Amino acid sequence: MRAAVLVFPGSNCDRDLAVALRAAGARVDMVWHKDTALPEGTDLVAVPGGFSYGDYLRCGAIAAQSPICRAVAAHAERGGHVLGICNGFQVLTEMRLLPGVLMRNAGITFVCRTERLIVRTAESDFTAGYSEGQEVVFPIAHHDGNYTASEDELDRLEGEGRVAFTYAENPNGSARDIAGVLSENRRVLGLMPHPERAVDPAHGGTDGQALFRSLVGALAAA
Amino acid sequence: MSEPAITPELVEAHGLAPEEYAHILRLLNREPSFTELGIFSAMWNEHCSYKSSKKWLRTLPTDGPQVICGPGENAGVVDIGDGQAVVFKMESHNHPSYIEPYQGAATGVGGILRDIFTMGARPIAALNALSFGRPDHPRTRALVHGVVAGIGGYGNAFGVPTVGGELRFHPAYDGNCLVNAFAAGLAEADRIFYSAASGVGRPVVYLGAKTGRDGVGGATMASAGFDEGLEEKRPTVQVGDPFTEKRLMEACLELMATGAVVSIQDMGAAGLTCSAVEMGDKGGLGIRLDLDRVPCREPGMTPYEMMLSESQERMLMVLDPAKEAEARAVFEKWDLDFAVVGETIAEDRFLVVHNGETRADLPLRALSGEAPEYDREWLPSEPEVPLGPLPDIDPIEGLRALVGSLNYCARRWVWEQYDHMVMADTVQGPGHGAALVRVHGTEKALAFTADVTPRYVEANPVEGAKQAVAEAFRNLVAAGARPLAATDNLNFGNPEKPRIMGQLVGAIQGIGAACRALDMPIVSGNVSLYNETDGHPIQPTPTIGAVGLVERIEEAITGRAREGHVAVLVGEGPGHLGRSALLWEMFGRAEGDAPPVDLEAERRNGAFILENRALIRACTDLSDGGLALAAFELAAAGGVGVALDDDDAAALFGEDQGRYLVACNFDQAEGLMIAAGRVGVPIRTVGRFTGETVRLGRAEAPLAELVALWDGALAARLG
Repeated sequence: MRAAVLVFPGSNCDRDLAVALRAAGARVDMVWHKDTALPEGTDLVAVPGGFSYGDYLRCGAIAAQSPICRAVAAHAERGGHVLGICNGFQVLTEMRLLPGVLMRNAGITFVCRTERLIVRTAESDFTAGYSEGQEVVFPIAHHDGNYTASEDELDRLEGEGRVAFTYAENPNGSARDIAGVLSENRRVLGLMPHPERAVDPAHGGTDGQALFRSLVGALAAA
Repeated sequence: MSEPAITPELVEAHGLAPEEYAHILRLLNREPSFTELGIFSAMWNEHCSYKSSKKWLRTLPTDGPQVICGPGENAGVVDIGDGQAVVFKMESHNHPSYIEPYQGAATGVGGILRDIFTMGARPIAALNALSFGRPDHPRTRALVHGVVAGIGGYGNAFGVPTVGGELRFHPAYDGNCLVNAFAAGLAEADRIFYSAASGVGRPVVYLGAKTGRDGVGGATMASAGFDEGLEEKRPTVQVGDPFTEKRLMEACLELMATGAVVSIQDMGAAGLTCSAVEMGDKGGLGIRLDLDRVPCREPGMTPYEMMLSESQERMLMVLDPAKEAEARAVFEKWDLDFAVVGETIAEDRFLVVHNGETRADLPLRALSGEAPEYDREWLPSEPEVPLGPLPDIDPIEGLRALVGSLNYCARRWVWEQYDHMVMADTVQGPGHGAALVRVHGTEKALAFTADVTPRYVEANPVEGAKQAVAEAFRNLVAAGARPLAATDNLNFGNPEKPRIMGQLVGAIQGIGAACRALDMPIVSGNVSLYNETDGHPIQPTPTIGAVGLVERIEEAITGRAREGHVAVLVGEGPGHLGRSALLWEMFGRAEGDAPPVDLEAERRNGAFILENRALIRACTDLSDGGLALAAFELAAAGGVGVALDDDDAAALFGEDQGRYLVACNFDQAEGLMIAAGRVGVPIRTVGRFTGETVRLGRAEAPLAELVALWDGALAARLG
C-alpha cells in the first residue's frame, strides 16, 4: 500500500503522519506542494496538520489552490482514498472534497488536549477497525476546528452515516459535535483530532493505531 | 541623502554615555557619521555588550566533559551520546512584551528558535517563564492574554511543542512583565554550525524575510527603564511571521546538509549590524556590506534604518563560493529571499556602502572588543530579620489559600493554548515539574524545566539563586533524568544602582556555586537589565532553564500515585517558613530569610532518587508550598486522596530544600528505606495515598473540592 503525504511549506505534522502510516505498514512518499503529479501507484493521499501556507487568508484556502491539489482532486475523482487531519481537513473542505467549513473555535483560543470521541460509523476503510459507538481518545490541537454546515447538509451527513467521529464533550462549538466526516463514496475522511498522535505507548494512548491499520490493510488487499 | 548632524542630544538618545562617546572619538580620531553612531549604539548597549554583567558572568562554570560548546555562540551544545547533541538557550523578551504583548512574546519565541536552528539543530521543545504584576492591576489581564496568545501563535504555527514553563504574579512586575523563552533542539554532534567567518573574499549572504522599518533601535530600547513615554516606543517592537520562520528553518537545515555553509548568524537584536560584526569578529576578518543589495520591504530605507532594523526571520551566512548556485536553489524552493550582500575582507574593517557612498567605515574588532565593560559599584543585600511568630492556622485553610491562588493553581488554561504534542514525541507534557520529550527514533528522552523563586532571591541573592539551580536539578531528577547542563536568563533592575547590582552579583555567585556542586555547567544565557518602571525594580529573577537525559524512556518516572501507595519523604529540614508561599499567599507577608541550600545534600539526595528510580512510581520535588502542596499535586494527578500525619504548619508548609516526595507501594517503600539507610539519606514515611479526601493531621477536605478550586482558579480570574 502506497501513501503520499503532502508537504506544504507550513506543514508541521507531515513527519508524524508518515511515522504513523509506516508503522501500520504503508510505503510512504513525501510529496512537495509544487509537484503537479502524485507518485505512480498512490493508493492514499494523506494531508497533514500544520499551517500549510501560514493559515493566511483562511486555513487551508491557499493550499487548496496549490499545484499538487489539482492532482489530489483528480485522485479523489477516480475514487482514490484521501485522509485529511486537522489542517488537512481544512484543506479538503476548501477543495470541496468534503462539505462544510471549519470556523474559529467557539472559545476563541487555540485548544490542545486529549479528547474523548465517539466512533459514529465503522462502515469505511478508515473506521472499520473500530465498532460503532466505541469511545476513543485522540489529541486535538487547533484554533479553527468549529465544524459548520447548513442544517440540510448536517441532516444529510447524519442520515447517510457520514459523520465518522463526534466529540464526547464538544471543545470548539462544532455543529452536532462533529469531529470528522466522510465523503459520499466514503473514501475521503477529514477530521480535526490527531490519530497520528495516539499510535505509540509513549504518546500515552494508542487508539489511533486501528485507523491506520484498517486503512492500510484495506488498501493493501484492494 | 544627508544624515543628521551629531549633537550631544543625539548621542544621548542613542543611549551612549558621554564617556562612551568620548571613547568612540578616540577610536575613530574623527566624528562618527549618523549611521556609525547607530552602529556603535547597537553594539555597545547593555543588551548586546553585557557591559555591566560581563565581569561577573566570567566566573560561572561553563565546562564539563558533556559540553560541546559553552556560552558565546547562539546557543549552548551538550553531548547526549550516540553522536547526538542537544542545543539550548533561554532568552528574555521583556520590554517588547510589555509594550506589545502578542508580538513581543511571539518574536521572543521566534528569536530563541532561530538561535537553535542557526546552530544546525531542529527545535524539539519550547518552554517559557512568565512573570506578571498583581492580577487586579489594570494591565495584567490583557498582558497575560496577549503574551500567552503570542507564544502559542508563534510556536504552534512553527511546529515546536511548548512543553512547560513557569507563571507567577507579583506586584513588583506591575509595570514590567517578564517573558523568558527557552528552546532546545537536536543536532548531530559533529554537524554543529558556528558564527565565526573564515576565508577572505567569500560571499556574505542575506537569507529569509525582507528588511523593514520595524524594530529599529529595539536593543537600545531594551537597555533602558520604562517611563511615561511607553506608547511612543511601540514602533521599536518587531512583528513576527512564524510561517516564514518555519520555511527559514527548513531551508537552513537543508542548506547545511549540502556543506555550503561556512558560518551562520541569525539577525536578532541590532539585526544586520550585530550579525555581521559577530561573524567578522569571531573569524578575525573584516566585512564589507553593499546595502543596495539588501532585500527591503519598502523603498527609500536609509542605511541607518537597514543597519538597525530588527525585522524578524532573517539570517546572515558566509557561503562556500563553489556552492552558491546550490544554496540559491534551496532558498528559491522555499520562496525565501537570497541575496549576496557583501564579502569577507582581510583588513579589520566594517565597511558599509550605499549608493556608491561609504556610510560606515569602522574598525570591526573594536565594535565588540572595545565595547565598554564596567565594574559597577555593588552592595550586598542586608541580612533579613528572622521571621516573627505566625498565627495558628488550620492546615486545610492553608492548602486552600495556596491551591486557589493564581501562583499555585493549575496552569491548564495557559498550556492548553500551546500545541504541546506536535512532532509526536512528547512523553510528558506541561503540568509536571519537568517535561519529557523523546529523542526522535530512539529510546532516549530529554527532560526540560525552568525555575526560579524570585522572593528568595530578593531576600538573599546568593541562596536564592542557588535555590533556582537546585530546584531545576530536582525537577529533572524527579522525572528520572540525569541533569546535564543549564542556561541562565538573568532579569534584574537598573545595574547603576549599587543595591540592584549587588543582587546581580550575588545571584551569579549563587548560580556558580550551585552549578559547580551539581555538575550543571551554564552553557548559554542572557541578561536583561533595567527592568524598572518609574524607578521601581522587578524582583530579581534569575531564571534557570535546565536539561536532563533519560537513557531509556522506561526509566523515566512518569507514574501516578495510586490507592494504597505510601507517601515517602526523602530529605529533611526544620520547617523553614521564611519567604514561604504560605506566608505570602495567606498573610501577604514577605519576611524572613530565604531557605538555605545545602548543595551536598542536594547532590546526594538527587543521586539517591536516580539510583532507586525502579522503586518509585510517582515523584515530585518539594518547593513552593512544601510537603502539603507537593502531596496535593501528586494526589490530584493520581486522582486519589492523601492523608499526611503531620499537622504542624512548619512541617507541612516549610520550604526546606533538597527534598522529594515519593509515591510507591509498601514493599518499594521498604526497599527505599533500606537503600537510604546504607547511604545516609534522611527518609521517612509521612502518610499514604488513599480515599477521596485530603487530610492534613486532623483537618480534611474532599479532594474533588480542592481540585475544582485548583483547576478553575486561573480561568475564573483571568480567562
